[in-house]
Amino acid sequence: MSAAAPTRLPALVCAAVATVYSILFLHAESQLAVGALLAAAAAGLVLAARFGVIARTRDSIGAHPTMFDVAAVVGVLAAAIVLRQQHFAVLMMTTAMLLMVASLGLTVQFGFAGVVNFAGSAFLGIGCYTAAVVTKYTDLPPLLSLPLGGLVAALIGSILILPVLRTRGHYAALITIAFGILFKTFLEVNDTLGGPQGMQVKPIIALGWNFGRPFRVWDFAASFYFSYLLLALALLALAFVLVRRLERSWIGLSLDAIRLDETASACYGLDIARWKVFAFTLGNFLAGCAGAVYGHVLGFIAPNNFTFADSLVLVSIVLLGGIGNVWGVTVAAAFVVILPEKLQIIQEYRFAFYAVLVILILLFRPEGLLPRPLREYLPGWRAKSS
Amino acid sequence: MSIALLGQYLVNGLMLGMMYGLVAVGFTLFFGVLDVIKFSHGDVLTVGAFTGFATYLAIQATMSVPWLQLIIVSIAAMLAMAALGALIARFLVLPLRSAPALNTLLITLMLGTVLRESVRLFFPDGSNPKPFPALLPRDAFTFGLFTLRLDSVILFIAGIAVIVAVNVVINRTKLGLAIRAVAQDGETARIMGINFTFVVLVTFAIGSALAAFAGVMNGLYYNEINFGMGLLLGVFGFSAAVVGGLGNIYGAILGGFLFAALQTIGAAALPFASAYKDVFALAVIIAIMTWRPTGLIAEKTSERV
Repeated sequence: MSAAAPTRLPALVCAAVATVYSILFLHAESQLAVGALLAAAAAGLVLAARFGVIARTRDSIGAHPTMFDVAAVVGVLAAAIVLRQQHFAVLMMTTAMLLMVASLGLTVQFGFAGVVNFAGSAFLGIGCYTAAVVTKYTDLPPLLSLPLGGLVAALIGSILILPVLRTRGHYAALITIAFGILFKTFLEVNDTLGGPQGMQVKPIIALGWNFGRPFRVWDFAASFYFSYLLLALALLALAFVLVRRLERSWIGLSLDAIRLDETASACYGLDIARWKVFAFTLGNFLAGCAGAVYGHVLGFIAPNNFTFADSLVLVSIVLLGGIGNVWGVTVAAAFVVILPEKLQIIQEYRFAFYAVLVILILLFRPEGLLPRPLREYLPGWRAKSS
Repeated sequence: MSIALLGQYLVNGLMLGMMYGLVAVGFTLFFGVLDVIKFSHGDVLTVGAFTGFATYLAIQATMSVPWLQLIIVSIAAMLAMAALGALIARFLVLPLRSAPALNTLLITLMLGTVLRESVRLFFPDGSNPKPFPALLPRDAFTFGLFTLRLDSVILFIAGIAVIVAVNVVINRTKLGLAIRAVAQDGETARIMGINFTFVVLVTFAIGSALAAFAGVMNGLYYNEINFGMGLLLGVFGFSAAVVGGLGNIYGAILGGFLFAALQTIGAAALPFASAYKDVFALAVIIAIMTWRPTGLIAEKTSERV
């Protein structure tokens, strides 16, 4: 590692390259172009790793995190503006960002506190159905469904608090699996919630602005998903800042300690139950908020959107990203959402594809594709590794 | 409630209990030898049922004697799943022996997805339910208002026979002695000259063959199989194993029947009845696990296989 402080340039270049690549990838129509782009990315990553570009970029991002966050937001906006007329591309970006929020929620539970949750899509679904119920049965302003979705998810999740606290390992996994299946089965037989046919979710209308209409400000016209994209981006930015602040704070330190060794942390006076409840509830809240927006975006939701396989996809995102690595999870979520949509060969096979991918990762690289870096206790301080 | 309906519930509950028990025995065997939970067990059951179905389609033309067909179907399904179970143990479970328990859990969950999705995608028209052939005599006895189907009786007796056979293998043979030794203490068993890997593979093969048997049984009883059938059966079977105390074969069978009884009573007694029967059963699982986090017979004091 060089003695001088890392410059800003590599981080900025990284953000720019990622933006241009995303635009090209989302824009690519033919399967050949998609395949070529994937191959180019793979080759680029291998070369970058070979010449130490990745390490330098990582140092640069680590030294200027705030700048990189802003650059990422600018990059998403730039991509969105370039692709503003393509409904499908805008929808994909929106979906990816909402799943990122849900995966961040899972990261808090699973990556920080070590609380397993195999019902991620159920909590996403609770948010969706809250949005549907709010717009169908009440006169509340639809924008309110966003915090309400989170609150209801946290509330329903609190039923599981006692079971999750009292069990661990396989048993805790069984409880969340049972809950995920229970949720879907319940939706299928409950007529008030639309049964197997599902429910319609009306668009958000706030301050006279209809989110479901084509976006138009002066001469700037964009897809009818564009408003949702901006909302999703705002939600993602908030969630991201929250989760990263949390990770760096003493709360994150406590959660890490509890995940690594419950007995030792209890000896040092940490209230294990309290922090597990906190992480579980916060994670469900984030998933619920994302779900509420997701419901509005989809416009129509059915129990089949929230199967056990979908929950496992969320878990795959967390694992692919490197458990607990906030940026890794974000990249993995984009990958998992967008790849099957663009590469039609794997569209039908996506559940099996991700499952195989996770099996391979667990066998050959158990710490995840992008392992979570060691905690930096002081700015610029690095543990000597290897 | 009429006697006829009550009898129907009873028969149904006994059949369910038998299936849960068979699945639970698998969970308990795996936990006994390796202290792992193989979450793909339910999906192995699905694959077993579909293997049986495929075998039936293959031999249907050349053979017309139903009981012979049935024997071939069952044996093919059980052998294939025994091989699959051993492969899973060899290549997915054993390599993760030293990794955190969570990784085993994740890898078997993901394997379950792969199996489930493979049946859906690669079996011809696999996403739709398949009619399972009725290979057992369909005669029925009538006692007043209550009818008892002969095939249910045969299935139940066959289930008991299989459980007794497993019991004999575990408790009366040299192989069973080796399995029990490994379950008690793998390290010591190795020192005594027991081939640890072999015993683990055989145990996984036995457990998976039981799942295949339960899958064929399920197909014969309901006359329908689908790619998602193993998911719920796996969750219920695992719950049954937990309720009876993991690692304890008798407990697993008892847990299976207890669980089926709860589910049947719930379906019969609750006012909103059968539509919510799975919701009720899953809620019961969560409640039981909360009340007794490691089963009715607690883990520490339970007798291992």
